[in-house]
Amino acid sequence: MNVQLWGTRGSLAAPGPDTVRYGGNTACVQVTGQDGTVLLLDGGTGMRRAGQLLGSDPRRVDVLLTHLHMDHIQGLGFFSPLRQPGWVVHLYGPGSTTQGLRARLSRYLSPPTFPVLLRELACELHLHEVACGDFDIGPFHVSSGLICHPNHAVGYRIQEGDCVLAYLPDHEPALGVPHFPLAAEWTSGYRLAAGADLLIHDAQYSSAEYPERIGFGHSSIEQSIQFAALAGVKQLVPFHHDPAHSDEDLDQLMAAAVAETGPNFIVTPGMEGAVFEL
Amino acid sequence: MMNQQEIEVILARQLADYLALPIFLVDQEGNLLFYNEPAEKILGHRYEETGPMPSSEWATVFQPTDEDGRPLPADELPLLVALHEARPAHSGFWIRGLDGVLHQIEVIAFPLIGQSDRHLGAVAIFWERPA
Repeated sequence: MNVQLWGTRGSLAAPGPDTVRYGGNTACVQVTGQDGTVLLLDGGTGMRRAGQLLGSDPRRVDVLLTHLHMDHIQGLGFFSPLRQPGWVVHLYGPGSTTQGLRARLSRYLSPPTFPVLLRELACELHLHEVACGDFDIGPFHVSSGLICHPNHAVGYRIQEGDCVLAYLPDHEPALGVPHFPLAAEWTSGYRLAAGADLLIHDAQYSSAEYPERIGFGHSSIEQSIQFAALAGVKQLVPFHHDPAHSDEDLDQLMAAAVAETGPNFIVTPGMEGAVFEL
Repeated sequence: MMNQQEIEVILARQLADYLALPIFLVDQEGNLLFYNEPAEKILGHRYEETGPMPSSEWATVFQPTDEDGRPLPADELPLLVALHEARPAHSGFWIRGLDGVLHQIEVIAFPLIGQSDRHLGAVAIFWERPA
């Protein structure tokens, strides 16, 4: 499988001269299978460019939303396949305990927050609610599971053949854990990430910032590395960078976190445009 | 691969860890998963020493009895009512801690039901009635 990062920023798009290398767009990752099947993970602002470059083939795309915070869905309104007849778009995402996915998505895709209604989109749209479970999309076997993040968020484990990608862009497994990490049994997200070839994981804060943001649903870079070590992954992509962190800040924070934690796996900070071949 | 508890169960345990109320947590089969430090004071044993145990064991090892000293059937215990009937339950009774001390307690139990109607276990909150 081929994995391309279209948006790596968390919380809020942060374009500008200080964020050129890591990127300013919010979460969107393209996964392309060997047969050309395309998945998009999350619909942040990075999704707009991903949609432009999908071209006319394939005419089907499957979008897996981890949750419905704005930085993960804002690109939906500007995703060209949704507006074009002839495209088939499957949208997967979590409902809440009282509202289905359609009702939750419509809170954004309706006036006054957006001029076009979900039902007015020109493509053939299929919605699928996910919480915890397995399903198949083309060559991909997908497992979803609820993880620790406010307002109902899931992570995904995507397998094609022997290759496993784990995607947990918003995740605070250290919440309420005085000495992180706990045993795997009591660690949110472990089952999704265990043994993955590539883990894309929340790393929004520095270790100095995290204590001021406990409960916001995100991890420090160090916690991201510790979680990856517990899960026994082969490569970690720290992701969902804080909008206040410049390229220079991130260079320093990533280097310091790696030096402090000494991981025995590859750590490749998530940069917009980066491509991984599994 | 080691198994991982569901997120709702993990968060319930973490909440229990932080609360000063005695809390007892079981999985969907009724197996004891955790009780917190305030519960240890009443149950007379540290959780680390007790460890996980099936409902057939915890429902009897603490010797629950009514006010006349008659053993309570396990299926009348609030935690098992919450688990088996998927509803909150409440009652008061006596237990004997593993340290041999008798306690009169009140128990409120509720089921842990996650999204998609996943029955994940149950939680009991209990406290000792003043003498």
